[in-house]
Amino acid sequence: MSDEAILAEPAAISLRGVSHSYGAVRALVDVDLDVRGHEVVAVVGDNGAGKSTLVGVLSGVLVPDAGEVVVDGRETQLTSPGLARGLGIATVFQDLALCEDLDVVENLFLGQEIRRGPMLDEVAMEREAQRLLAQLAVRVPSLRAPVAELSGGQRQAVAIARALLGEPRVLVLDEPTASLGVTQTAEVLTLVERVRDSGFGVVLVSHNLADVQAVADRVVVLRRGRLNGEFDADVASYEQIVAAITGVAPPGEAAR
Amino acid sequence: MSVLRTPAGTVRWAGRDLGSWPVLVALAMLWLVFQAANPNFLSADNLVNLALQVAPLGVLTLGVVLVLLVGQIDLSTGAVSGLAAAVVAVGLSQQRWPGWLAVLVAIAVGAVVGAVYGWAFTRLGLPSFVLTLAGLLVTLGVQMRVLGTTGSLNLPFESWLVRFSQQAFLPDWLGYLLAAALTLTYPAIRLVERRRRAAAELPLEPGRDLAVRTALLAVATLLPTWYLQTNRGIGASVALFLLLVLVVDLLLRRTRWGRSVRAVGSNVGSAHRAGFAVRHVYVSAFVACSSLAALGGVMQAGRLAAANQGSGGSDTNLTVIAAAVIGGTSLFGGRGSAWSAPLGMLVVGTISSGLTLLNLDSAPRYIVTGLVLALAVTLDALGRRRAPATGR
Repeated sequence: MSDEAILAEPAAISLRGVSHSYGAVRALVDVDLDVRGHEVVAVVGDNGAGKSTLVGVLSGVLVPDAGEVVVDGRETQLTSPGLARGLGIATVFQDLALCEDLDVVENLFLGQEIRRGPMLDEVAMEREAQRLLAQLAVRVPSLRAPVAELSGGQRQAVAIARALLGEPRVLVLDEPTASLGVTQTAEVLTLVERVRDSGFGVVLVSHNLADVQAVADRVVVLRRGRLNGEFDADVASYEQIVAAITGVAPPGEAAR
Repeated sequence: MSVLRTPAGTVRWAGRDLGSWPVLVALAMLWLVFQAANPNFLSADNLVNLALQVAPLGVLTLGVVLVLLVGQIDLSTGAVSGLAAAVVAVGLSQQRWPGWLAVLVAIAVGAVVGAVYGWAFTRLGLPSFVLTLAGLLVTLGVQMRVLGTTGSLNLPFESWLVRFSQQAFLPDWLGYLLAAALTLTYPAIRLVERRRRAAAELPLEPGRDLAVRTALLAVATLLPTWYLQTNRGIGASVALFLLLVLVVDLLLRRTRWGRSVRAVGSNVGSAHRAGFAVRHVYVSAFVACSSLAALGGVMQAGRLAAANQGSGGSDTNLTVIAAAVIGGTSLFGGRGSAWSAPLGMLVVGTISSGLTLLNLDSAPRYIVTGLVLALAVTLDALGRRRAPATGR
């Protein structure tokens, strides 16, 4: 899809005027964010810029002090993680929230197991897991291997696949490559592109600008809790983004 | 550095779960050693006795396995079993309750203790180690008070509990029938599952593996059945214990509750975010553990036809934890199976029985059991350490 077509599409999820404070610390101030299908929106910023708070708000873990979320043109509140998932926002947290002793299939369906009567339906779950991982071109040594035996990149892939199981519209990834090596980072970024190309909107929260420039369609910069610029990733230069992150805007570049 | 990590797809099976093999090997070695030292050890008579001794403590161990799986510990199962023994003895010999009522009240007492643990752990956030240590002391005191001034009560020999625990054995035909049913049920379930997997185009295990495993199962069920039945046979309490193991195994592997237990023990934060009711999982594990401990205490009282201040005392609290770990359940939570209870308790019981046959006192029994436990914990820790080495 062309950039123009994507921008013409109504946003799947929008944040409007979201603010949140921890006591006297204003972590987010009047933040707007649109996420559409078929696009990767990167949220970047320095440590303490409000990225994690934004993830918390999107995932429903944090209820913001002000502002609302617009889903399908309707204003609503994300007051719990379950509600956020129900509205189509799936979040992969930085710690991945996997159970290391459980195998890949068990982790994919953790908390949403398929049952046949009172018993778990392992065959159905394994079939669905195989289909999903094949669709994402994710390779694991065995579907029945404990997650403890997987590489960091494979774990990230399992966590992303699990988030996609609920058929969300928007996938929020919190620092997906923070602890990965070069090869595995490349694998995860390829996976992010594949997720985007299947029609999902992706919010990529990262402080790794190389990753961001590799996959993002738009880059949104947070600085001290406020939006400090929004860039088209194909056009913006590394220096422009760094300037927006650090707060020294180069001349001619309008910060919103 | 993360760059040095093995590339995707080549993660080796270094941290592979060895399952029950180490404990089976240990058991085989112990049996050979004791048989060499005393030719009576592997006699049918001694093995029937061994099975009867192991069953009540095995039920306690089964409960401990559940608590270890959620990553907690219960130091008081022995004391709870002693309290249940006292309750059932008072009920039968003093209150003249019907047997079923005495047994039910004793198990209910255990369930209440577990519910208190669960409540204090999930609501007050007390560490289970100290919580159950406190419970141990309280339970011991209550046990003494229940027993009254004599401190010891005999169960009427004619009560069905005593007959069930001491003299009831499966009839030969029933023993063979159950062994054959187990041997045939396993491949039947696997074949049904295999057909569904084939329909779902999932990889199938080679048919030869299934045949080999079925054959091993046939040997593992029919041979002991035959051998024990050359003597008195399979005790009713042993059959009850094995039934409980089968039920708990099924619950752990094939139900959502079992999945939640392992998930909570593996990573409680992840389990919570996955939507499991973590508090309920903890409470259910503590209640199941204490209830099983109470049932084990009732069986023990029946076997000895008595309850006294020493019931469930001395080293019982710790022996059953040792047995669970020796059987292959991790002290770190998340890994283990119901089968660690019979296997681990069989090792502990073998050491005890073998050394008794050699007319040795408790000293070598404690030392050998302790060394085997140390070995088991080492395997546990190694398995745990090796696993993350391949990850991030």
